[in-house]
Amino acid sequence: MTGRAPSGRVFALHAAVILGLLILNFVLPEYHRGVFSRVLVLAAFAMGYNILFGYTGLLSLGHAMFFAAGLYGAGLPVYHLDWSVAPAFIAGIASGAVLALAIGFLALRTTGVAFMIVTLMFAQVFYLITLYFTTYTRGEEGLVIRQDLRHLRMGDLDLALTDPSLRYLIALVLFSAVLIVTLFIVRSPFGRSLVAIRENEERMRMLGYNVFANKLAAVVLSGAFCAASGAAYALLFGYVGSGFASIQYSILPLLWVLLGGAATTLGPLIGTLFMFYIVDFTSGFMPAYLLVVGAALILLILFFPKGILGSIRERWAPWLP
Amino acid sequence: MAAVTPLLSTRGLSRSFGGLKAVDHVDFDLPAGEIRAIIGPNGAGKTTFVSLICGRVLPSSGTVTFDGKDISGLQAHQRVRAGIAYTFQITSVFANLTAFDNVALSVQRRLLDGKDKSGALHDGVMDALQKVGLTGHANAVAGKLAYGHQRLLEVAMGLALKPRLLILDEPTQGLSDGEIANFIALVRDLSKETTILLIEHNMHVVMELAGRITVMEQGRILAEGTPEAIRADADVQRAYLGA
Repeated sequence: MTGRAPSGRVFALHAAVILGLLILNFVLPEYHRGVFSRVLVLAAFAMGYNILFGYTGLLSLGHAMFFAAGLYGAGLPVYHLDWSVAPAFIAGIASGAVLALAIGFLALRTTGVAFMIVTLMFAQVFYLITLYFTTYTRGEEGLVIRQDLRHLRMGDLDLALTDPSLRYLIALVLFSAVLIVTLFIVRSPFGRSLVAIRENEERMRMLGYNVFANKLAAVVLSGAFCAASGAAYALLFGYVGSGFASIQYSILPLLWVLLGGAATTLGPLIGTLFMFYIVDFTSGFMPAYLLVVGAALILLILFFPKGILGSIRERWAPWLP
Repeated sequence: MAAVTPLLSTRGLSRSFGGLKAVDHVDFDLPAGEIRAIIGPNGAGKTTFVSLICGRVLPSSGTVTFDGKDISGLQAHQRVRAGIAYTFQITSVFANLTAFDNVALSVQRRLLDGKDKSGALHDGVMDALQKVGLTGHANAVAGKLAYGHQRLLEVAMGLALKPRLLILDEPTQGLSDGEIANFIALVRDLSKETTILLIEHNMHVVMELAGRITVMEQGRILAEGTPEAIRADADVQRAYLGA
């Protein structure tokens, strides 16, 4: 097809990334395997954010609420109702998707700065709710989900999610699923419509597109991805706390995506990984490590305003999706 | 003519911006198959009037009827799907996409509607590009095309929707004489398939193309008739032509 990215190269690259990550499970030292497990789960959060911010061009400052909706949606039933992990995971995703539908319906009446403020305010409400119902959530202190509850049981099969290797593999499955679905969306007519809405909303309306419905679908997809990440986080790492609903977790996915490259499928992974290791590395040397992190971020934005992968795409590989 | 239901009609269509009556109780009929030009001095309300027709601007009062149905309550995107296409006065192509992908957004929309599955995406796009003579530029990035070509691409995006009414808002603005001659031929060709409503300042283009001309002034219709009648109309000469 004219004017489309070459499919073979794109699929090969994504398959290679997933395969590479699979191999890492067997070669990484224990500590780094743990870091990577977290990064893979949080990269799914970043990819969810990227659907809305990168591809649709809507800057939300409230995505912590979708991550936390997944976290609580999965964590609370396990903790209080002894649900098993599979239905709890689904409940987490559903919580995020339903919340995103409601929030999107209201927040999409605004655009630009107003959209940022409205999403920020809704996320703040969500955060305060988690504190208000402290009887159930234990607020900032949070809930620790007992290890014996974090088992995936299917028939005779009994898998402990606390096992480092299994945890890594499950994180990888989540990451791969979100990556593949993202790639599929981006290359679909729907994905191209989202990009076109980002570029010129009024023109799309006058081509007969229901801009509101398309944006709402993007918010729900984005919210569902972020919730899947939150639900997996609760079940794999066994901690559910209000901190994940705070403003910090709305800013982080924005940073990860900006760093890795907005509107690139693999940028969120690179950004999340980079950010984790720069914090990890610098905090080993000095107490004022956040100063170094800040300086590094400023330098990156100055010299690579489109993020790591965005700059690579611009200069050397225009075919990157 | 009177017995035929017009493709488009407006009754008492009005829009005020604060105290300014941009469009003031306009009754307008456009029969199918016609090329109609709307002319008038700057600020006469031409663009607001067509924006009311295609739903970009909501009326203060009045109705719009398209193909016998009252579409006053429909949103802009629904009116486009009903068959009204609008090409922008200020070129509004997707600068980062190729010409092909720009037109593909129109064709994709039409295919998703399910009304027309006959043509594949590729054929639909190349057909539209071929009509405006941009086949050779299909893979060029839209933002890097010459201005005249961007205007043509804009028209291609409109006609790829296969509209029943194509609204062209000052399409020849900024085109060279040679490009204008080609454009006149193009619109004549398009008018075999679709009704055309044209806002235009270039009187040469208007006189060449229009079956009838509607003259607007201060939000109202001042006169309406054949090019010859309009040329002879004393009011029109005073308001517009004879300056």
